[in-house]
Amino acid sequence: MTMAEAGGNGADVLLDVANISLSFGGVKAIRGVSFDVQKGEIRAIIGPNGAGKTSMLNCINGFYHPQEGTITYKGRTRKQMRPHEAAAQGIARTFQNVALFKGMSTLDNLMTGRLLKMKGNFFLEALHLGPAKKQELAHREFVEGVIDFLEIQTIRKTPVGRLPYGLQKRVELGRALAAEPELLLLDEPMAGMNVEEKEDMSRFIIDVNEEFGTTIALIEHDMGVVMDISDRVVVLDHGEKIADGTPDEVGKNQDVIDAYLGVSHD
Amino acid sequence: MLYREAGQFKASYAADQAIFPITQDRVAVIAVLLIAYLGVPFIQGDYWFEAILLPLLIFALAAIGLNILTGYCGQISLGTGGFLAVGAYSTYKLMTAFPDLNILLIFILAGLITAGVGILFGLPSLRIKGFYLAVATLAAQFFLVWLFNKVPWFYNYHPSGNIEAPPREAFGFLITGAEATPQVRYVVILIFVTLLTLAAKNLVRGRIGRSWMAIRDMDIAAEIIGIRPLQTKLLAFAISSFYIGVAGAMMFSMWLGSVETEAFQLFVSFDVLFMIIIGGLGSLLGSFLGAGFILLLPIVLTNLFVGGLGFTANFAKHVEFMLFGGLIIFFLIVEPHGLARLWQITKEKLRLWPFPH
Repeated sequence: MTMAEAGGNGADVLLDVANISLSFGGVKAIRGVSFDVQKGEIRAIIGPNGAGKTSMLNCINGFYHPQEGTITYKGRTRKQMRPHEAAAQGIARTFQNVALFKGMSTLDNLMTGRLLKMKGNFFLEALHLGPAKKQELAHREFVEGVIDFLEIQTIRKTPVGRLPYGLQKRVELGRALAAEPELLLLDEPMAGMNVEEKEDMSRFIIDVNEEFGTTIALIEHDMGVVMDISDRVVVLDHGEKIADGTPDEVGKNQDVIDAYLGVSHD
Repeated sequence: MLYREAGQFKASYAADQAIFPITQDRVAVIAVLLIAYLGVPFIQGDYWFEAILLPLLIFALAAIGLNILTGYCGQISLGTGGFLAVGAYSTYKLMTAFPDLNILLIFILAGLITAGVGILFGLPSLRIKGFYLAVATLAAQFFLVWLFNKVPWFYNYHPSGNIEAPPREAFGFLITGAEATPQVRYVVILIFVTLLTLAAKNLVRGRIGRSWMAIRDMDIAAEIIGIRPLQTKLLAFAISSFYIGVAGAMMFSMWLGSVETEAFQLFVSFDVLFMIIIGGLGSLLGSFLGAGFILLLPIVLTNLFVGGLGFTANFAKHVEFMLFGGLIIFFLIVEPHGLARLWQITKEKLRLWPFPH
């Protein structure tokens, strides 16, 4: 992925968020934010704590329903959507606080990511016969590919509740990848990681983007990582968009510097 | 020493996903099944069948049913007694209304009717969770038992309010009624339990089981990867109730022979819940271990205290209460995953024994 491609005119817009406002009672979490995500890019959403970044992701995959504005995904505008509908249309995500199925093994967690690709035939499944068995094995094969990609072969059968935090984050990325998403939403994929783990995770994110062509929208606080891996950055502060552009442009923007470093009120 | 998996390599995903991937486990299960099918039916004497084997199998089946709902899908239910009653009373109604219908088919139909009732009482689970859901299922327990008591149609206006299983044959064997031999009834129940256990295992290790466990472990994340919570929970209620319904049908027609609603009171719900807690939540083996534990402990204690030490039956009963309470607290604190988990730990230790590492 290059800058020219990402910033270029006429590139396909995968997701267009227009004029979104979301409030919880009297608290306005998002006020009239618009931005777009182009096909094949890595789009970062940054901003100080409480800026409305996670709320924005929750709106995109149907977890929250914004009071105003529209979200256009793959050319279809919609007002309300349930999370499982978003999943069916190819939106996968990870969470800020790891949301894995703790009682299940790594393998089973990744296999749940394949659920939407699996066809149900209750009686064949109860007998574990014919197509049901074949389907199970075919999806196992795909999931093994994801396991190889993320280098988590050794923890395949370990219940994820027993894994260290960094690996849990990786398994959660794996579960999202197993769904073969077109748009991958990552909510602070590197929170709480040390430098080596961050390097690994950055490498995986770039590889996912380049090898599978997956479009990625990510929230991250580590500015070094954001500036390195993302094609374009949108900056939120107090629920409003204050900047949007390439990492270089955003890094020089005075509003962004003020929001992050604070500004003297004299 | 004997329990080693070294050298057993799996060359295909199919081999890796087998129900018993380790050879020793496979041999052990086959041995148990051979004894159960070819050895046990030749035991003479009704006591073993009536007091131990039949209730063990029937309650193991009910425990599997509850384990599917509570252990795998995470929805607590206190309505087991009510659903057993639905299985029993629908069997009675079908047996008396259609005398020519094959009795084995009637068991399946009774299971399906119970599944329908289970779906109905599972509807609140979309909105309420945990303790509140437990109380909602408690409503099922009280309502269903009340219904079978109050509406005479369910017991065919019999003056005593009892329902009694008429004699029915299948494949030339008499399997219900007072004349049916316990050996034949045992084999019929064993076949049902074997097939339904296998089906349950296949369900919980596949697509459906994973969506249940996803709902159990983190329902928000489950919804985000595309699982529909209502359908998934209702499917768990339906299948769970099917198993409990079949167990109720066999409890009435092949074990007790004649019952009234007294047999399906709340204490039965608690017994089955204790079985899966002590046996192991989310484990099919645990359902059997738990059923065995809860049913056999009182028998062992009675024999020990009354037969062996000469105490009164009342004394033995009270010791049993105390021991049960203590054990349940012990398990909840020390090993919430129950006997099945203890068995698993033993196996893990055995893999290395006698070497420390």
